Amino acid sequence: MSMNAYISGAFDTRVGELPGSSCMGLHAEAAFGAIRDAGLEPGDIDGVLCAYSFTEPHLMLASVFCEHTGIHPNFCAAIQAGGASAAIMIMQAAALVASGQCNHVLVVTGDNRLTGMSRDGAVAALSEVGHPQFERPFGISVPASYALVAQRYMHEYGVQPEHLAAIAVEHRRHASRHPNAHKRELITINDVLQSKEICSPLRLLDCCLISDGGAALVISARNAGGNVKRRVEILGAGQGHTHEHLVSAPSLTDFGCKQSAARAFATAGVRPADIDVAQIYDSFTITLLVELESIGFFGRGEAGPAALEGALGLSGRLPCNTHGGLLSYGHSGAAGGMFHAVEAVRQLRGEAHGRQVEGAHLAFVHGDGGILSAHCSLVFGAA
Amino acid sequence: MDKPVPHPNSDTRSFWEGCHAGVLRYQCCGNCGTVQLIPRAVCSHCHTLALEWKDASGHGTILSYTNVYRAPTQAFRADVPYVIAIIDMDEGFRLMVNVRGGPGPHVQIGAAVRVDFEQRGEVTVPIAVLEAQ
Repeated sequence: MSMNAYISGAFDTRVGELPGSSCMGLHAEAAFGAIRDAGLEPGDIDGVLCAYSFTEPHLMLASVFCEHTGIHPNFCAAIQAGGASAAIMIMQAAALVASGQCNHVLVVTGDNRLTGMSRDGAVAALSEVGHPQFERPFGISVPASYALVAQRYMHEYGVQPEHLAAIAVEHRRHASRHPNAHKRELITINDVLQSKEICSPLRLLDCCLISDGGAALVISARNAGGNVKRRVEILGAGQGHTHEHLVSAPSLTDFGCKQSAARAFATAGVRPADIDVAQIYDSFTITLLVELESIGFFGRGEAGPAALEGALGLSGRLPCNTHGGLLSYGHSGAAGGMFHAVEAVRQLRGEAHGRQVEGAHLAFVHGDGGILSAHCSLVFGAA
Repeated sequence: MDKPVPHPNSDTRSFWEGCHAGVLRYQCCGNCGTVQLIPRAVCSHCHTLALEWKDASGHGTILSYTNVYRAPTQAFRADVPYVIAIIDMDEGFRLMVNVRGGPGPHVQIGAAVRVDFEQRGEVTVPIAVLEAQ
């Protein structure tokens, strides 16, 4: 089945420590890069979706972006769903072009989270997703929340610390093949197991990076022009929402990614086994493990041993996060999830160079916001 | 920097007043009987507004826990390592609280706890205490 929506342009800025970068500067660089990549002019853009920023927070970030760049669209809005923002923006852009309301929707994200604020500042700002009355008074943080999931998940399904470590190691191996990745030096399972304790059972190398960077896509209607040969089709999309605060989650082992992925696969008319390459939100090693098993790529308790055996590697059963993911490529707020989508586009175009999955034809992209709270899954197909 | 304290609103005031009086309270739907995981304005199951407050026994078990070594803010830095636990209370509601005494071999999934209270400035917050082994 077709959703009548295509990715015509993709671009990401350098990531990592970018002194002198700004939130809007990264947005602009990513946006005009994606517009050029689509073979379009800025005046062709008639829809704009932005997400959020920690360093330049604003109630109307998309309007700020349009003012900053001199783009005057017919449709303009910001979407805030944490790590699910990028995927939800893409799903919303697809609906805008499929319904005929827009021809070319720019979805753009970026933040200078590393150099624009202190690491402590970023950790403190993120802890505010905790419930102000029933979580934050007890010292909750995002890592502590995912640690609570990890502890329970490991208890129920026999996941070992080595299994989580294997995920971190494979991500670093992927990142070592990407010239722009924030962290490229290889690590071992022992490095992960010996890294600083953050919130048991999670250690420093189980946690994503904090980076500066930006990324954007242009989503276009079927007959809207642009570079048709290089475009990627959006075949399926779905969301799942069960809670925001972890204390209110119906389960600590079963999350909305199950529903979001089932909807996306059903729309696309494909099964998990058909996917050639996956780009799945990996804020922590446990995040990816839970998603891989909930979505159905692996049975319960099987993703960890599979990761140890290289199943997520470039020549594995499911090459996953081939750019290195949030764990090693980089994480710049909402742009973190957009990096996954940009990498999926590169893989499907055959432009991933030293990390290309041969014959990649179907890609799965997944975003997770909050504490496995808001999920959006996408299936992309090569032209 | 002080630790964040809860600011009760109309949905939660009875819970926090209960804590102050040394009584743990939870909400139950007067229409369908569903126990609410945390206090709110509307039943999460049948969506009616007929929520009622009840007193809890204060007994529960640890659903999950983490020993925190990296504090989210300066206010918690002196406490590390501290424990955050999610407690499944016997009545069916849920609490996220600290565990008195911090990390230790008896802080385990499935461990029995009772809820006590501690003063945080002018506010009283719940805290879990491990039942005698």
